[in-house]
Amino acid sequence: MTETVIRSRKIKEKKRVYPPRRPVPDLGLDKGAEKLTPERIESTIRSVLDNETGARLKVYVDTCAHCGLCSEACHFFWSHDGDPSYSPAGKVKQTISEIVKKKGKVDADFIRGAAEIAYTECNLCRRCSMYCPFGIDIAYMMLTVRRIAHLLGVVPQYIQDTAHSHSATMNQMWVKDDEWIDSLLWQEEEAAEEIPELRIPLEKEGADILYSVIGPEPKFRAQLIYQAAVIMHEAGVDWTMPATPGWDNSDMCMYTGDNEMMGRLKKVHFETAMRLKNKRIVMGECGHAFRSIFDMGNRWLAWKMPPIPVTHAIEFYAELFRDKKIKVKKKFEKPVTLHDPCNIVRGRGLHEMARYVVNEICTDFIEMHPNREHNFCCSAGGGVINTGPPFRNKRVEGNRIKAEQLFAAKSKGAQVVIAPCHNCHGGLEDIIHHYNLKMELKFLGDIIYEVMER
Amino acid sequence: MNGMHGWDWEIGRREIADLSRWKAEYKAVHETCVSPDGERIAAPVRTGETEFGLCENGELWEGEFDKVWYARYTPDGRLTALVSEMGEWTLAVDGAAWEERFEFLWDPRFSKEGGHITAVGQKGRKYYAVTDGVPWEEGFDNLTNLTQSPDGSHAAAAVQIIPMTEGEIFKFQAGVYTVAVDGQPWPRNFVNVWEMSFSPDGKRVAAEVRINLYDYTIVVDGVPWDTVFKTVWKPVFSPSGDEVTAPVRANGKWTLARNGALLWKRGYTQLWHHAYSPDGSKIAAIVAPKYGRWTVAVDDTPWNLTFGDLVTDLVISPDGGRAGCVGKEKERWSVVVDGKRWYGDYDMAWGPVFSADGRRAAAKVETKKTYGILLDGKPLPEMDGFEVLWSPVFSPDGDRLLVRGIREGAYIREVISIS
Repeated sequence: MTETVIRSRKIKEKKRVYPPRRPVPDLGLDKGAEKLTPERIESTIRSVLDNETGARLKVYVDTCAHCGLCSEACHFFWSHDGDPSYSPAGKVKQTISEIVKKKGKVDADFIRGAAEIAYTECNLCRRCSMYCPFGIDIAYMMLTVRRIAHLLGVVPQYIQDTAHSHSATMNQMWVKDDEWIDSLLWQEEEAAEEIPELRIPLEKEGADILYSVIGPEPKFRAQLIYQAAVIMHEAGVDWTMPATPGWDNSDMCMYTGDNEMMGRLKKVHFETAMRLKNKRIVMGECGHAFRSIFDMGNRWLAWKMPPIPVTHAIEFYAELFRDKKIKVKKKFEKPVTLHDPCNIVRGRGLHEMARYVVNEICTDFIEMHPNREHNFCCSAGGGVINTGPPFRNKRVEGNRIKAEQLFAAKSKGAQVVIAPCHNCHGGLEDIIHHYNLKMELKFLGDIIYEVMER
Repeated sequence: MNGMHGWDWEIGRREIADLSRWKAEYKAVHETCVSPDGERIAAPVRTGETEFGLCENGELWEGEFDKVWYARYTPDGRLTALVSEMGEWTLAVDGAAWEERFEFLWDPRFSKEGGHITAVGQKGRKYYAVTDGVPWEEGFDNLTNLTQSPDGSHAAAAVQIIPMTEGEIFKFQAGVYTVAVDGQPWPRNFVNVWEMSFSPDGKRVAAEVRINLYDYTIVVDGVPWDTVFKTVWKPVFSPSGDEVTAPVRANGKWTLARNGALLWKRGYTQLWHHAYSPDGSKIAAIVAPKYGRWTVAVDDTPWNLTFGDLVTDLVISPDGGRAGCVGKEKERWSVVVDGKRWYGDYDMAWGPVFSADGRRAAAKVETKKTYGILLDGKPLPEMDGFEVLWSPVFSPDGDRLLVRGIREGAYIREVISIS
C-alpha cells in the first residue's frame, strides 16, 4: 500500500471541520480590487475567454467530472488535512469555474479572492494533471485566472514589483546594466585568485555556449557564477556571458499573467544568443526559467521550440561527466537526498539524469518518497515565493507534507538536500527552517565545485 | 565604409601578425578584433599577475591597466577599449584615454562612419550618455537602450526621472521613465520605454513605450500615436524621415503600422526587425507567416522558403534591390538571399554582406570550428579552414573581396579577385 493511500485514508477518517479562509492583506490585491468596476471585470473576462483561451479552457471545464482524484496530488490539500477548498478541483471551483459559469459577472471581492488562490495557493506544479483521469492541465486553468487578474490589476505586490523589474531592466532583481557587468568582472577576479588563467569571457561572438543565469545570482548568489566559471574552465568549454540585458533567463511575468512581457523577455534572451552567434544556451539550476524559455515564452513568440537550443544545468553536468570533461577528486560523503524540481522533471523528464549526476558526485544517495515525477513541489514555484513576506507563512504551512517528506529522508540518514532549482532552494530553505529540520541545502553545482579535480 | 577607396585593394596575401608569438609573450591573449581595412589586429592581453594591456599588431599600447576589455575598432579604423585604473573606468581610443573617469563605463557605440563614440557612464549612482568623452550635463537614476543618431552627433536613451524604491508598484505604474535626447527628457513619462530610433537627419526620435500595464504604442518626439496596441516592437523612420513604422500586434496578429495606422494588410504570427531599402521604396521584415515557420516578407509578401527554427540577420543590399538573411532548420544554419537558400547548411552562418551595387553577396560560415566564405551562393575555393574569420568586405567596385582571418596562428589579410 502506498504512503499516499495510507495518508488519504487518514484524511478521510478525520472528517474534520476546516477553519474558514481569511484573506491575507496585500497592497497589490487590496488596492487593485478597490479600483474594479463590474463593467471592467466583465469586459476583461469576456475578452480573455473570447480571444485567448479558446477551445482549450472550454474542453477542460466541460470535461472535469468533479471526481476529486486530483486532490491527493496537491501539497496544499495534504498540508491542510484534506481541506477540499485546497484541492485542485476545489481551487478551480472557487475561481475559473465560477468565472466561466457566470460569464464574467462576478464582483471585485470574488476577483480578489480568486487572485489570492491562483497566485498563492497553487504552484502550477502540474502534479495534479497526472492524477486527473482526463489529464486536465489545471495549472493552465490557474494561469488563466492569473491572466484575468493581471489584466484587472489585482496582483500581489511583491510579484508585481518583480514583473515591473523585468519590464524595466529585463531582469527580475532591478539589477542595472553596469551592476551586472561589474558582478561578472568581480567574480572573474575572485576566481582568478584560485585559478589565475580563469576567465568569464564577456561578449565573445561565436562561442559555442551562452551561459545564462537568473536575476538573484549577481545580486545574492554570486558564488554560483564563480562556481560555474570554474566548472566551465576545467571542462574546457567555449563559452561566454553577455554584457547586455538578455542575460537573465527568469520570468515572473509568465506567472503574473503578463504574457506580452513574457514574450518580450524571451525575445531579448534568445536574440542575445543569436547576436553572439552561440550554438546553444546553457542555463543554471533554475526550474521556472526553463519552463519560460523551453515552453511558454518561446511559444508565445511563435517559436515552436527554443530557436537556440536550451540545455539545463542538469543536462549539462551529465554531459560533462559522460564525456569525462570533469573528473571527481573525491566524492561528497555526507548522505544526500534529491528534490525533483517540477518544471524540469514533470516538465522535461530530467529526473534520471539528475540521479546520474548525483551518483557521480556523492557516495550516499537516499531517495525521498514520493520522487521523480511524483515528487511534491517545494511550494515556492509558480511564482508563489515571489508573492513575498505577506504570504510566507501560508506558503510554508501549506507545504507541511514536504517537511514530512524531507523528515522521512532525514530519518533514513540524509543530511543534505540537493535542489537543482533556485525557487526550490528558497522554498525548501524556509521549510527546513520553519519545521526545524536541520538539514543542509545545496545546488548540484555547489557539490560539483567542491569535489571536482582542479 | 569610410575611406574604402584608400584601402589596399591590390590582389595578394599578407601576414599581418603572428598570434602564436603573442601567446608566448603574454600570460593571456583575449578575443581579437580587426580593423575594417584588415591592416591591424588587436587584443587585450594580460601582461602581469593583475595588469592588462592592449596589443595591436604585436605592439603594446603604452601604459598598463587594471582591466582592459571590449576591444573594438570604429568604422573609421580607430582602436578602442574599455579600461580601468584604480577602480575608475574610461574609454581608450588609439591609446589615449578619455579624460573623464567613471565608476563604470560600458556599451560604447560607434556612428555609421565612426566619427563619434557614445557610451554609458555611471558615477555617484547617476547614469549618463557619454559622447566622445563628454557626459550629458544631467545624470539620471537609470539609463538604458542607448541609441545614436546615424552621424553620431546625437544620443538618446530611456531614462528614469522619478526616484522609486523597490515595491512601489503604483508609483511605477504612474510612469517614472521617459526618453532623453541629448540629455533633455521628454515632458511626458511612461510605464516603460524600450528601443528607439533616430530619423536619418538625427533631428527626431521614435520610441516603443508602454503607457499603462496593457497598452503599447509608439511615441515620436514625445507625442504618442493615437492608436494603442497589445504589443509593439522597435520603430524605424523611413529614409525620408517623414514616416515612422513599427511592428504592432492588433486583433491577435502582427503586422506593420505606419504613423499609427495599419500599413500591411496581411497578419502574421510574428513580425519584427523591419528595415527599409535606402530609397524607402521597399520594406522587409522577419515574419512568421504561420506558427513555427519563419521567413522574410518584402512589402507584405513572404518568401516561399521558410525555416522551422528561426530567421535572423535580415540585411538589405546598399542598392535596395536585394535582401538576405540567415535561417535555421533542425539545428542547421543556412544563408538565404532573395528567398533562395545558398549551398550547404552549417554549424553557424553569419548574415550576408553585399557589394555596393548589390550584384555580389558573400557570407561567413562555420563547420566544426573552422570558418569559410560563401560567395554568391557557393563556397569560395581556398577560403575555408580559418581558425578565426571576420565577415568579408567587397571593394567599392565589387570586383574584389577582402578576407580577414587567422590560419595556423597567423592573422592574414588577403584580397582576392572575384570578377
